[in-house]
Amino acid sequence: MVDVSELQTVEHDILVIGAGGAGLRAAVECAQSGKNTAVICKSLLGKAHTVMAEGGMAAALGNVDARDNWKVHFRDTMRGSKFLSTWRMAELHAKNAPERVNELEEWGAVFDRTQDGLINQRNFGGHRYPRLAHVGDRTGLEMIRTLQDYGVHQGMEVYMECKALDLLLDADGRIAGVLCLWRDSGRFLLVKTRAVILATGGGGRCWRVTSNSWEYTGDGYDLAYQAGAELMDMEFTQFHPTGMVWPPSVRGTLVTEGVRGEGGILLNNKNERFMFNYIPDRFKSETADTIEEAEKWLQGVDGARRPPELLTRDVVARAILAEVKAGRGSPQGGAFLDIANRRDADFIKRKLPSMYHQFRELAEVDITREAMQVGPTLHYFMGGIRVDSDSQQTRVPGLFACGECSAGMHGANRLGGNSLSDLLVFGHLAGQGAVTYTNEDSGAPPAIDDEQVVRCIRFATDILNREEGTNPYLLHDKIQDIMGEHVGIVRTGEDLSRGVDLLEKLQEDVQQVKAHGASQFNAGWHEALDLRPMMLTSESVARAALLREESRGAHTRLDFEGEQENWGQVNIVIRKGDEGMEVEKINRPEPPEALASIAFASIEDLESGKVNS
Amino acid sequence: MTMRTFRIWRGDATGGEFKTYKQETGEGMVVLDVIHRIQAEQANDMAVRWNCKAGKCGSCSMEINGKPKLACMTRMNLYHPDETITCQPVKTFPIQKDLASDVSWNYEQNKKIQPFTPKPRDPDGKYRMSQADVDRVQEFRKCIECFLCQDVCHVLRDHERHDAFVGPRFLIRLASLDMHPLDTADRIPKIKEEYGSGFCNITRCCTEVCPEHIGITDNGIIPLKERVVDRFYDPIMMLKRKLFGGC
Ligand SMILES: Cc1cc2nc3c(=O)[nH]c(=O)nc-3n(C[C@H](O)[C@H](O)[C@H](O)COP(=O)(O)OP(=O)(O)OC[C@H]3O[C@@H](n4cnc5c(N)ncnc54)[C@H](O)[C@@H]3O)c2cc1C
Ligand code: SF4
Ligand code: SF4
Ligand code: FES
Repeated sequence: MVDVSELQTVEHDILVIGAGGAGLRAAVECAQSGKNTAVICKSLLGKAHTVMAEGGMAAALGNVDARDNWKVHFRDTMRGSKFLSTWRMAELHAKNAPERVNELEEWGAVFDRTQDGLINQRNFGGHRYPRLAHVGDRTGLEMIRTLQDYGVHQGMEVYMECKALDLLLDADGRIAGVLCLWRDSGRFLLVKTRAVILATGGGGRCWRVTSNSWEYTGDGYDLAYQAGAELMDMEFTQFHPTGMVWPPSVRGTLVTEGVRGEGGILLNNKNERFMFNYIPDRFKSETADTIEEAEKWLQGVDGARRPPELLTRDVVARAILAEVKAGRGSPQGGAFLDIANRRDADFIKRKLPSMYHQFRELAEVDITREAMQVGPTLHYFMGGIRVDSDSQQTRVPGLFACGECSAGMHGANRLGGNSLSDLLVFGHLAGQGAVTYTNEDSGAPPAIDDEQVVRCIRFATDILNREEGTNPYLLHDKIQDIMGEHVGIVRTGEDLSRGVDLLEKLQEDVQQVKAHGASQFNAGWHEALDLRPMMLTSESVARAALLREESRGAHTRLDFEGEQENWGQVNIVIRKGDEGMEVEKINRPEPPEALASIAFASIEDLESGKVNS
Repeated sequence: MTMRTFRIWRGDATGGEFKTYKQETGEGMVVLDVIHRIQAEQANDMAVRWNCKAGKCGSCSMEINGKPKLACMTRMNLYHPDETITCQPVKTFPIQKDLASDVSWNYEQNKKIQPFTPKPRDPDGKYRMSQADVDRVQEFRKCIECFLCQDVCHVLRDHERHDAFVGPRFLIRLASLDMHPLDTADRIPKIKEEYGSGFCNITRCCTEVCPEHIGITDNGIIPLKERVVDRFYDPIMMLKRKLFGGC
C-alpha cells in the first residue's frame, strides 16, 4: 500500500509541463514575475521537439520587404487556416510575434542577417512576404538554446527526465498538483501547485510515418481531458509534404520547407513540375501559372507571383500523394525535390547545412548534385487543448495550455514558421495568465486528494506487477497500423468508423499491457505508460474526423469533397462525458468587423490602404 | 535482411556486463535503429536516449566500438557485415543504466556561466550586426550538446578535473559569448580562474569527435586562451601543460 506522505513532495506556485519553446517561454514569464516556478520534461533539457525545428519563425518584422506588417501576416494565417483559426488568437499572434522575436535576440539568439545587419527573413509556404527569421536550417536549436541558457538564470527549477502522469484536482475541481514519475529512478514525485501550464507538444507517434520524436505521444491531451478540460479541432492533423522516404528506417524524417523557400522545386518521374496542376481557386490570383513567372519570382522580379511549390502544406501533400497514386512517383514512392539544379553547391551548404548533412549521412545522397525523394509525413497537430485566447486558460481553474498542445491558433492548417512564433507569443501569454490566476486565487491552498494519488500510482505500477500481458511495443505498433490505415491523409467515413472500432477493441489489450524488468529507467514501462495518451489522442482524432463531413485544410474526406459553408461556422469540441468521449459541434462566434475586413480583403485593397481597421 | 551481432552494456551504477544480441537488420539502418529493434524484440527494458533521429538533438551519444558517436548518425554499412558492434555509455560521466550516463554535471556547468549581457537596442528597437561578425558565433551555436567532446577530453576523462575545468563544450559557449557583437560582459578573469581554460593543452581530441564539425580548439579555445594570456601572462600555465599528457 502506498503512503502518500512518504512520497517525495515539492511545492511550487506554478508548474510548467514541457520544456520546448512554449514551456520555457512561459516559465521565464512566471519566474520573472516572482513566482516559484518549476518546469518538468520527459527528456533532458534542450532536447524537446523545438530543437528539431528547421526553417524559421514567422514574424512581420518587415526587414526584407517593408510592405509586410501584422495585417498581411494575419490575413495569410486566416486564409492558410481555411478561416478556422480563432480570430483573436491569429490577431494576437500576428501583432506580438515581432516583439517576441526581437526579445529573443535580446536574450542572445543570433539570427542570420540582412545586408543592413537586421534579422534576415526567408520565404515560406503561404506567407506573402519573406517573413521567417531563421538561422540556416537550425532555427529551433537557436530558440531552445537561447531560452534554456536565459531561463536557468531566472530562478526556475528544472526536473529533467520526469513524466507527468496525472493532474490532481481538489474538491472544487481546481488544480492542486501533479503526480510525476522520475524516468531514471522509477520513483514518483508529487508536485503541489496552484497552477499548471501544459506545453507538451503534439501526438505524431500515433502514426508510423512521422517527423515526430518519441516524446510526441499526446500526453497533454490526455492530462487535460482526464482533468475535465476540452479538446478542439483534433481532426486537423498536418501532414508535411516533404518527409524523407528512403531508407525505410528514416521514413518520415523532415525535409524542411526551407528547401522550397530557397528555390527548390517538385518534380514527378516525367520530370514535370506538377504543382502547376494543383493550384486551388482561392490561391489562383496570387500564384504563378507559368514556369517563366515562377522563375521571375525567384529572381525577385517585382510583380511576379509565387511558385506553386510554396502553396500551403495540405495542398502540396495531397498533390504528391495524387502523383504517386497516378504512377508518376519516384522509385521509392515519393516525389523528387530538386535544389541541385537550382542553386550552386556553396549556396546550398550555407543555407541548408543540416539538410545537406542529413541526406549525406542517412541516405548517402548529395543534395548539391541530385534530387531528394520526398513524401508526406505526419508533422503537426493544429488541434489540441481548448483555451481562452488571451489568458490561455482551459475551463479547469488553474489549468493553462500553450504551444503545439493547445488549439485555436492554426485552424484547419498551419503555415510553416507560425509554430515557433506561436510558442513565444502564447508561452508569454500563458505565463501571464497563470501569474494572474495565482495572484487572484489567494484562498486556502488547494488540497490533494490522497486517494486519487494512490489510484494513479497503482495504475502505473500494475503494468510492472501483473503476471503477464501484452508487449507495449507491439501495442504501439498496432495503434500505428490503425492510424496509418484508417486515419490518414485522405479519409472516408467508412474507414474512420472502422478505425474507431479497432481502437475500441485494442483498448482491452492496452489495459492488460505488461512491462518486464525493474522500475529503473525501464524503456518498456515508459512505452506502456505512453499508451493511454496515445489511445486517447488517436480516438479523438478519429472521432472528430468522422464527424466533420467536408474537406478543409488538413482534413480531407473523399466522401465529402470541398469546403462546406456550414462547416466553416463550427469547431469540433471533445470532452470526457459520463459514458465516454463526447464529440460536439460548437458555433464559432462572428469575427469582429475590423478583423473580417482584413482577412477577406483583396491583397491590393489591403496594401493600398483601402481597408479600414 | 542480414543478421548482425551486437554487444551492449547492460547494468547500472552498481555494476553490469556486456550482453550479446543477434538481430536482423535492414537496408539503410543506423546503429540506433538496430538498438531499437533489440529493445522492442529482445530487451524491452533497455535504457537508451534519443529524440530526433537526425543528428539534431544530441541525445543518442554513446561509445560504438570504442568511438564516441551519435548512434542515430552511425550507419551500419560503416562496419563489415561480420563485425560485432559493441555499444556502451559515454565513459566520462557516471553510468545511470545501460546506454544512459548521468550527464547532469554538464547542466551544472552551464548554470555557472556568466549570462549574456546585451547592450541596449538601437533607437528603432532593433539590433544591427553584420553577417561576417556573427559567422563565428553561429558556428559555436551549432552545438547540439551531445557532450561527446566532454567525453573524450582527457582533462575530464583521465584526470577527472570536473571540479576545475568546464570542458570544451562550455569553453566554446564562452567563446560564443565573448565574440557576440552585442555582449558587454567581461568574462576573461573567470575563463581563467573559474572555468579553467589553462587546463586545455590543445590536443584537439574534442574537435575530432564533434558531430557538428565545430572548430572547437582552433576557432574557439585557442582565441580564448590568447585573450587570457594577453591579460595575465602566467608561466605556471606552461608548466601545467607539460604535466598533463595527451588523450
Ligand atoms: C522536424 C521538425 C521541424 C519543424 N520545423 C518548424 C519550423 O521551421 N518552424 C516552425 O514554426 N515550426 C516547426 N516545427 C514545429 C515546431 O517545431 C513544433 O510545433 C514546436 O517546436 C512545438 O513546441 P512546444 O513548445 O509546443 O513543444 P515541444 O518543443 O515539443 O516540447 C514538448 C515538451 O513537453 C514535454 N512533455 C511532453 N509530455 C510530457 C509529460 N507527460 N510529462 C513531462 N513532460 C512532458 C516534452 O518532454 C518536451 O519537453 C517543426 C517540427 C518538426 C518535428
Ligand atoms: S583540445 Fe584537448 S585538452 Fe583541450 S578541451 Fe579539447 S580535448 Fe580537452
Ligand atoms: S561542441 Fe560538438 S561535440 Fe561538443 S557538445 Fe557541442 S556538438 Fe557535441
Ligand atoms: S537522436 Fe538526436 S542526435 Fe541522435
